[in-house]
Amino acid sequence: MTAEIITMGSLNIVTAMPEIFLLIMACLVLLVDLYLPAEKRQLTYLLAQLSLIITLVLMLMNPVTHTTLAFNEFYIHDPLSQVLKSFILIISFGVFVYSRDYLAQRNIFKGEFYVLGLFAIAGMMLMVSANNMLMLYLGLELLSLCLYALVAYNRDNAKASEAAMKYFILGAIASGMLLYGMSIIYGLTGSLKFTDIATAVATGTNSAQHIGLVFGLVFIVVAIGFKLGAVPFHMWIPDVYHGAPTVVTVFIGSAPKLAGFAMFMRLLVEGLGGLQADWQQMVIVLSVLSMAVGNIVAIAQANLKRMLAYSTISHIGFLLLGIIATTPDGYAAAMFYTISYALMALGGFGMIILMARKGFEAENIADFAGLNQRSPWFAFIMSILMLSMAGVPPTLGFWAKVAVISAVIDVNMVWLAILAVIFSIVGVFYYIRIIKVMYFDEATENTPIECGRDMQLTLSTNGLAILALGLYPAALMALCVSVFK
Amino acid sequence: MENLYLAIPLAPLVGSVIAGFFGAQIGRRGAHTVTILGVAVSFVLSLVVLYQHLYQHAPAVNATLYNWMIVGGIQFQVGFLIDNLTVMMMTVVSFVSLMVHIYTIGYMSDDLENWPKDSLAGVNSYQRFFSYIALFTFSMLMLVMSNNFMQLFFGWEAVGLVSYLLIGFWAVRPSAVYANLKAFIVNRVGDFGFMLGIAAVVMYAGSLNYADVFAKAHLMSTETMSLFPGHNWNVVSVICVLLFVGAMGKSAQIPLHVWLPDSMEGPTPISALIHAATMVTAGIFMVARMSPLYELSESALSLVMVTGALTALLMGLVGIVQNDIKRVIAYSTLSQLGYMTVALGASAYSAAVFHLMTHAFFKALLFLAAGSVIIAMHHEQDMRKMGGLKKYLPITYWTSLIGSLALIGFPGFSGFFSKDTIIDVVHHSTTGGHGFAYLCVLSAVFITAFYTFRLFFLVFHGEPRMDAHTKAHLHEPPWVVWLPLIMLAIPSVFIGGFTIGDVLFGNYFGSAIYISPHHEALAELGKHFHGAWAFMQEGFVGPAFYLAMFGVFSAWFIYMKRPEIAGVIKQKFALIDTLLVKKYYVDELYAWLFGGGSRLLGKGLWTFGDVRFIDGLLVNGSAQLVAWFALVTRRLQTGFLYHYAFAMIIGLLMLFGLGLFR
Amino acid sequence: MITLSSYLILSAILFAISVAGIFLNRKNVVVLLMCIELMLLAANTNFIAFSHYLNDSAGQVFVFFILTVAAAEAAIGLAILVVLFRNRRTIDVDELNELKG
Repeated sequence: MTAEIITMGSLNIVTAMPEIFLLIMACLVLLVDLYLPAEKRQLTYLLAQLSLIITLVLMLMNPVTHTTLAFNEFYIHDPLSQVLKSFILIISFGVFVYSRDYLAQRNIFKGEFYVLGLFAIAGMMLMVSANNMLMLYLGLELLSLCLYALVAYNRDNAKASEAAMKYFILGAIASGMLLYGMSIIYGLTGSLKFTDIATAVATGTNSAQHIGLVFGLVFIVVAIGFKLGAVPFHMWIPDVYHGAPTVVTVFIGSAPKLAGFAMFMRLLVEGLGGLQADWQQMVIVLSVLSMAVGNIVAIAQANLKRMLAYSTISHIGFLLLGIIATTPDGYAAAMFYTISYALMALGGFGMIILMARKGFEAENIADFAGLNQRSPWFAFIMSILMLSMAGVPPTLGFWAKVAVISAVIDVNMVWLAILAVIFSIVGVFYYIRIIKVMYFDEATENTPIECGRDMQLTLSTNGLAILALGLYPAALMALCVSVFK
Repeated sequence: MENLYLAIPLAPLVGSVIAGFFGAQIGRRGAHTVTILGVAVSFVLSLVVLYQHLYQHAPAVNATLYNWMIVGGIQFQVGFLIDNLTVMMMTVVSFVSLMVHIYTIGYMSDDLENWPKDSLAGVNSYQRFFSYIALFTFSMLMLVMSNNFMQLFFGWEAVGLVSYLLIGFWAVRPSAVYANLKAFIVNRVGDFGFMLGIAAVVMYAGSLNYADVFAKAHLMSTETMSLFPGHNWNVVSVICVLLFVGAMGKSAQIPLHVWLPDSMEGPTPISALIHAATMVTAGIFMVARMSPLYELSESALSLVMVTGALTALLMGLVGIVQNDIKRVIAYSTLSQLGYMTVALGASAYSAAVFHLMTHAFFKALLFLAAGSVIIAMHHEQDMRKMGGLKKYLPITYWTSLIGSLALIGFPGFSGFFSKDTIIDVVHHSTTGGHGFAYLCVLSAVFITAFYTFRLFFLVFHGEPRMDAHTKAHLHEPPWVVWLPLIMLAIPSVFIGGFTIGDVLFGNYFGSAIYISPHHEALAELGKHFHGAWAFMQEGFVGPAFYLAMFGVFSAWFIYMKRPEIAGVIKQKFALIDTLLVKKYYVDELYAWLFGGGSRLLGKGLWTFGDVRFIDGLLVNGSAQLVAWFALVTRRLQTGFLYHYAFAMIIGLLMLFGLGLFR
Repeated sequence: MITLSSYLILSAILFAISVAGIFLNRKNVVVLLMCIELMLLAANTNFIAFSHYLNDSAGQVFVFFILTVAAAEAAIGLAILVVLFRNRRTIDVDELNELKG
């Protein structure tokens, strides 16, 4: 393999092998599933999981000593993409594990779920590895279109179709804005490639051009804000998380945040880093609003999925803090936060899936009452997850919050750090309430929790990983820091 | 090599985890087998390490195994410092622990009787007990093997935790619950000082690692800090005093001694292992380990010496009036810890550690023998109801005699070598307060001999005073109980004479202990040392020997020959007697001052600060505000698509405003 | 000769119409889909205009991709619309508020 040499015009296909493999497998799963009788659907599932594992192996086999470009510099392979894509694959693997029983219980265990899932994952990977606005756009659309369809996956559910419609319309507006912003940036810099855009922005722009660039920048910030779910572009999150089948919610709520973070890094830091002073202001506003609205409105929720949706919004606010610092340490902190959050969301929604069964979605907070009497182990796992989301040591969430808050303190934005601490205290309330409900309230029912061993094992691993990474955060932190060296 | 070191603490931990979490599955037999195996592994490996250090002269190893985290440039690590001091502690700890484990099989075999019938905590209590003591062994080994303050603190707190769990092991007894709370709270006071000390170390040395801190010790000794304006204190002195406050808590020195006698509420094996032989010596060990710091602070050394001397004398006096067999030994432990502390103050760290070692053997022996008596007496602990047990418990009798002779420092027994050295060292010391300390330790010799043999005579000689039923069932406990007695009796006799030459006057400790050239009382003694035999012969003519003999004689005369005298003395000196029985009213003082005072303060803060201001205004007020705000904000999420789109457009315009018109 | 700015103004007007359409329309979801198409067209106009004046074909290539994606997007949007209609027998934007709060 001679991928080390960057050659202009060469396709350098080997570098993009993981994505190519995943796309081929997605097509293959689609075809295989077409000819499978319903009782052999397990094969689709296994094939999908296998493709994720092999993709991960292929990617880890491809070492990142330095940046490698492929497809005429449309595709970039660097430490950032390596780490983010690995976690996207790992988390998606968890999502697929959680999905099987849930889908089977509701008689919607169809191949489409996995095909759409695989395409969405491919979309995320392309977004993460984009070195060009066109590539980023295509990855984003591949992801979004699959997610729209997935939200409406349970087609007999009125709430799900409403959620899908809302998601689709708002998502389409956001991508329309993204394109509009991109077109302006393209017009003013003359290129679609991030590195060229960065050079053009850096080498002399007169004030008229600068205003033009900021004009385009605003549209792009809106699109990124939408994708991440920052206030005021967050409106879709509660409705979609609530309406979508829980297995789709866990998918939307976890891995795409990593892709959204990559989108931010590629577009605003790598491409428009020259306009840092301009977008920093905007992101501060988004961050503060997100922390405030997310944490406060979550308190008023009785539906756990909705509560976690608002909690997502608040977490987005926190992860933006790291980016606001605009230092390598800050970016590393934001990345650490994103990865931590994706793992916590995976576990949190996973718990809802665990508790749910046919005809009972377990999506209300009251449904968790007395969980400790029904299953002490999973009550413990849920407690870890909630404490981690609240940012209580010794869990992973605590270190994530410490990292982003110390990042903003390092750049002398102490007021922002104080706000963040205040809002995280407000947030503790609704997380602890879940623990209170689980341990102190009487169980309203006592049907045993029934689900597959694989699901129980994965969910336990998920919860314990959050505790373990909280006890030994150094490795993950070092990984994130090394990306931005 | 590091794996070997790692295996030493981890083997008991594995045993503890298995016995603790799977106690129900593996049963009693499984639980004691697995924990004893774990401790035996660490004992054997400790012996291997001891052999390497003694006979192959292996160099001291300072290895960091794991980097937990780095915060602000300060590394939090797990690492081992294996030098001769550590090796000695490891061997003593694992040996005594192994003996206690074996003994526990016998002592706890009928533990079910100690619990009410339907008590949940009584289920698998046997397995739980083994899990705890194995966990203790792990924690103690982590403490002594540490090469940094963080791990030291971890071990320190972990042994404290296990001690808490074990004192309150019989949680259905209110007295046990009070005792473990007391131990925990009093230790918190010491730990607070200890933590402040560590914080000061981090602040001024910028590292938690012993080696780094010691390297900077001289630099720190020139710095001063001022906590109150106008008072500049030497940094090293402050650190040493704070660390010693921690040691006072753990090693039960006046005024933090109150928890140790009460800790006798725990099962007897625990009293032997934790509250006599090992855990309470952690403070002594820590000060010895910190010798490079203490050597730089005359004032800290004086404080250490005076505290130790007071403890040695005053606690011994209280021991005289106790009637509970375990409490007498507990007060003797306090007194002996005082001896060790005095030695530390005299810069004779090796003498302190030497006494620690010999004391560990004979005190564990005495406790286990007391436990053996208690088993035979069906859990009766009052000495006034014993007497004449000699013919029923021959093994216990002879081993107790050995332990008692070692405790009073009869020439030839291990306690003699260590205690006599301490007395001589204090005599030659130049530390401030050494004259007072010498008087205290010398008079304590008489007191020690008196209460030790008072116990001995009351329990084993004279007329049997127990009821007929108990008397009919008196017999020697099973082999698991008496074997550890014999195993401990052997070092109680011989270990002192064998090792004194190397440990005290040879170069055993090497660089593990640092003594400044100004404090060479021990080296002074060494010049006149001509082998253990000669030392012993000198012992027969020293004042300490005659005081001890006089003590034994007095005990015999008062309690055997003329028992009525005891009552007369008690009447004549009623004031002193009450003072001693009430333990100088320290408990009452603490209960009134700290208990009452803090309750008063707490109540005041509660009604005014908490209920009205914080709860009423801040907590409930802000919570209501947030909840109200949440309900209002929630209405913005109307569910209508065009409102959502509208919000996005508003956001877009807001960002335009920020970007273009700033 | 039509100047670049004329194109940009045209596209801005298209964009504004589409945005206005999205939140002024309270009746039919299909109209929303049309508005979205209009928004994409605004971006397309921009791309082509810039591409022409920059003498750089990349922008035009981008437009081809956008058109393709728009087709896929319309397909999915209409599919969701059908599902929605099957479930609720209405495609009124005003009645689409079961999820809120």
